Order: sequence, then C-alpha cells, then structure tokens
Amino acid sequence: MPAADAARLAAILEDRTADISAAWLDRVVAELQGRTTRAEAQREQAEILDALVDGLKAGGERVDAPAFDALRGLLAELSAARARLGFTPRETAVGVFALKEGLYAVAGEGDAADVADLTALLRLVDDLGLFTFESFAAARESIISEQAEQLLELSTPVVKLWEGVVAVPLVGTLDSARTQVVMEKLLQTLVETGSEHAIIDITGVPAVDTQVAQHLLKTVVAARLMGAECTISGIRPQIAQTIVALGIEFGDIRTKATLADALVAALRSNGAARTPAAVLGV
Amino acid sequence: MDTVPILKLGSTLLVSIQVDLSDQTALQLQEDLAERITQTGARGVLIDISGLEIVDSFIGRMLSSIAGISRVLDATTVVVGMRPAVAITMVELGLSLDGVRTALDVEKGLRMLQPEDSEAPEALLLGLAAAEPE
Amino acid sequence: MTADPATSQRLAITTDGDVVRVRQAVRGLAQGARLSLVDQTKLVTAASELARNTLVYGGGGEAVLSVEADGRRTGVRVEFRDDGPGIPDLDLAMTDGWTSGGGLGLGLSGARRLVEHFEIDTGPGRGTRVVIASWSR
Repeated sequence: MPAADAARLAAILEDRTADISAAWLDRVVAELQGRTTRAEAQREQAEILDALVDGLKAGGERVDAPAFDALRGLLAELSAARARLGFTPRETAVGVFALKEGLYAVAGEGDAADVADLTALLRLVDDLGLFTFESFAAARESIISEQAEQLLELSTPVVKLWEGVVAVPLVGTLDSARTQVVMEKLLQTLVETGSEHAIIDITGVPAVDTQVAQHLLKTVVAARLMGAECTISGIRPQIAQTIVALGIEFGDIRTKATLADALVAALRSNGAARTPAAVLGV
Repeated sequence: MDTVPILKLGSTLLVSIQVDLSDQTALQLQEDLAERITQTGARGVLIDISGLEIVDSFIGRMLSSIAGISRVLDATTVVVGMRPAVAITMVELGLSLDGVRTALDVEKGLRMLQPEDSEAPEALLLGLAAAEPE
Repeated sequence: MTADPATSQRLAITTDGDVVRVRQAVRGLAQGARLSLVDQTKLVTAASELARNTLVYGGGGEAVLSVEADGRRTGVRVEFRDDGPGIPDLDLAMTDGWTSGGGLGLGLSGARRLVEHFEIDTGPGRGTRVVIASWSR
C-alpha cells in the first residue's frame, strides 16, 4: 500500500477515534478483569493509538518499517512489563488484538469505500499482535535465563566450615555448566578466605558422567596449583563404579566417605595447634 | 625491556611479578635468580604471581625451571598467589608446574620456607604473622 | 564468520614485545565483549601461545583482532597469519607434548582446548593461519 493509503488509514483512525477506542477498551477491560484498571487500559491504548497514527502518517506500511520504530518500542516495553507481572500471552496480546473490535464496530456502519482500507488496517493489527507475542516470548525467555542463573548461584553455596576449611555441598544433578560455576566459586573462596582446604561433598549427587567427573578432577588439580588441598567426600557406590567403569584416573585425589571425615582430615593436616581437641576426639 | 626486581629477606629471595612478562623478561629473571641464589646463599625463593593475568606454557616452563635450578643450588622455590582463573586455564592447557611448591599467599609461602633455625630473620617475621588471629 | 572492519584491529608480530601487546589487546576486547573472567583468561592464554608460535615458528606475522556479535552473545575473534614454512604434519603438531622447538609442546593442542572456536589452515611452504574465538555466556 502506497504512502497515500497509509495517510488515509491514519485519517480513518483519527476521525473515528471515539468509536474505535470505546469498543476496543470494552473488550480489553472484559478480558483483563481485575488485572488492570480501566484508566490504566485507556492510557495504554491512547499511547498505542497515537504511535500507530504517527507511524501511518510517517508513511509506515509494514510493521517492520522504520516509521513504526516508536510503536514497536512501545509494544515491546508493554509486553516485557506484562511478562514480568505474570500476565499470560493472551492477556498481553489482547491489548493489541482488541483494536480489531473497534475496527469491526466502524466497519459495521461504514460505506463500501472504506472496506479495503479497513482490511489493510486489520492486517496491520494482526502483524502488531504477532509482534507483541514475539516480544512477550523474548521477555519470558530472558526472565527464565536470569532465574536459571540465580538458581545456579543459590544451589552452589560455598560455606566456611572452619578456619582454613571451606566446603561446597552439591545436591542434585550436575551438568557441565553447573560444575564449572562451582569450580570457579570454590577456588575464588579459597583466595578470599585464605583457606588451604576445600571439600567438595557430592553426597546429594545421584550420578556423574565423564565430563562432570573430569571437571571435579580439574578443580582438585587447580586448587593444588594454587596451593590448596581439595578433598571429595560422599561418593556414592554407583558413582564409584561409574568412575572406575569410565576409566577416569582419580590418581592421588583425596577422597573421604563423609563430609565429617573430610573435615577431620583437613583439620588434622592443618596442625593440632589450631584444632580443638573435641573435633579430633582426643 | 622490563626487569623484575629480586628482594632479599633473610635467607629468602622474594620476587613479585607485577609486569606482563615477555619471554625475554622471563628468561632474564630465571638467570638473575640463579645468580642471586649463589651470591647470597639463599635457602628459599618465593615468587608472587598474584599480579599475573595469565600463565602460558612459556611462563609455566620458567617457573618449573626456576624450581629445578634452585633445587640444584640447595634452595626451595614456592610460587604463591596464583589467581583462580589462571589455575583453571593452566589445568585446561595441561600445565602442571612439576616440582614447584605452591601456596595461597605470601604469608603462607613464607611459612613453607621457614627454616628449622628460628633465629633466622624471616622466622621472627613469621612469628609476628602467626600471632595474628586466624 | 567475518571480521567487522569497524572493530577489527591489526597487530604485527615481529618481536617478543609484540606477543605481550597482542595479549593486552585481546584482554581489552574480551573484557569489552563481556566474556567471563575464566573465558577471558583462557582466550588470552591461547592468544599468547599462538602469537609466540607465529613469532618463533612462522618467523613473524600478524594478528587480526575483532569483536563479533551473534544475536545475544558477543565474541572475540583473533586470526594469526604468517608466511613461514607451515606445518607439514598437522595431526602430529596437534598432539600434546609434540614440539619442533624447545617448548613444552602444548601450544597448538593446548590453545585449541582453551577456546570455543579453533581452525587452522597450514601446509608445507604456504604459511600458517589460525583462527580462534570465544563468546560471552
């Protein structure tokens, strides 16, 4: 559609603003009962309509036209805000799709000459609705990846067990990415606390694959390069079998049955002077 | 070319690498250290690499060589302050620093070099450090 | 993968000090591209190994550094080029512990393990071209 048409579409929207907005608003308020106020919906709508009219006046024909930059920015912002507030995709997109209600209302009483224009407008609204869906999905995706990252941090707490001894109790399935995060965090904590002993407790880990076992090994070797000793505790029988079956060389890596055993061993090698007798049971 | 200063503290030589080491500078340091060990009769060499952003195969080999040379000259080498990211990278690269002893920081490194003879100056220094609450 | 001329940087590798300059330039770009600290360190270490190879075995050459963008991730790409003798037996050269010089033989094989992307093009008499790249997470 040539620029002249776009201008005509803008004119339709401007001439019939009152009718279009009323039907549009009714639909949105009905759909979003309780999730948003009428005033809020009206304000959003006015912004969208303004941006749409401006875009059309600037000669915008397709949704991806530069003339619609402001409109797309507005819709992306609205979608992201709704995704964060926990709106469903339907509740998010209805704000745009309901504009069609307004157009239908106008079409019902309009003369034949407007039909082609209205069809063009409806098509544009469909595209805008799809764009809203996409923005919503992208926003959701980024929320999910943020949360996954936070969860990863939370699920790998490095704790100081004793002066000079830090431990990370691992629970759940270990994948390569998580093991790497653990490794970095553990080594960083060694430096920050000046601890010469680290314990990786894998009591809560049901299984390991070759890659994860390799990462654990690398952590131990890296700790040693830095001048600290790292013990792995709580290896389940199945994991021991896996390690041997996979032919992974555990070499001179220190292992202990339980976290408690590992702590005692670390305290012993730290020297009796800093070790309360109670812990050693002497 | 940069040179890395070597400090003498009692019977220990202290080296803190604060520059991005070129291969030439690394080789120079290796030579300088060998000379200073014999000159001073030092029993320990402490190399602080907390300022190093990377340890590649060349620098790794330099550290191993220094440890080997000082062993021949009856001195012990301790490398301290390796950053976690550097350690992880070295493991991935396959560098193992054979024959090099390591410690987390200068204080712990000095303790490793503490001679039996407690009259030595650094033993006194360490006594002070050890007296700090841990 | 192509280098964006707007952000690409060309450094000659003809002296010992140039190897250090390549390291520093790669570090700067890796920080800018928001690589994790460990990935930065790995990339810079790999660049150091390869720059040294270019100097020692390739008889000098150049490094071309660039920042790449791929949707959500940004990356750093470094290309090393020399017109040296090339590597006759690449499989052998990529083996841990193999060295034609006095090194530890970890240069090529080690560098490959440190980066996400590694490609090498070499042959007797046609020089060596190595490309490495790593991306933000």
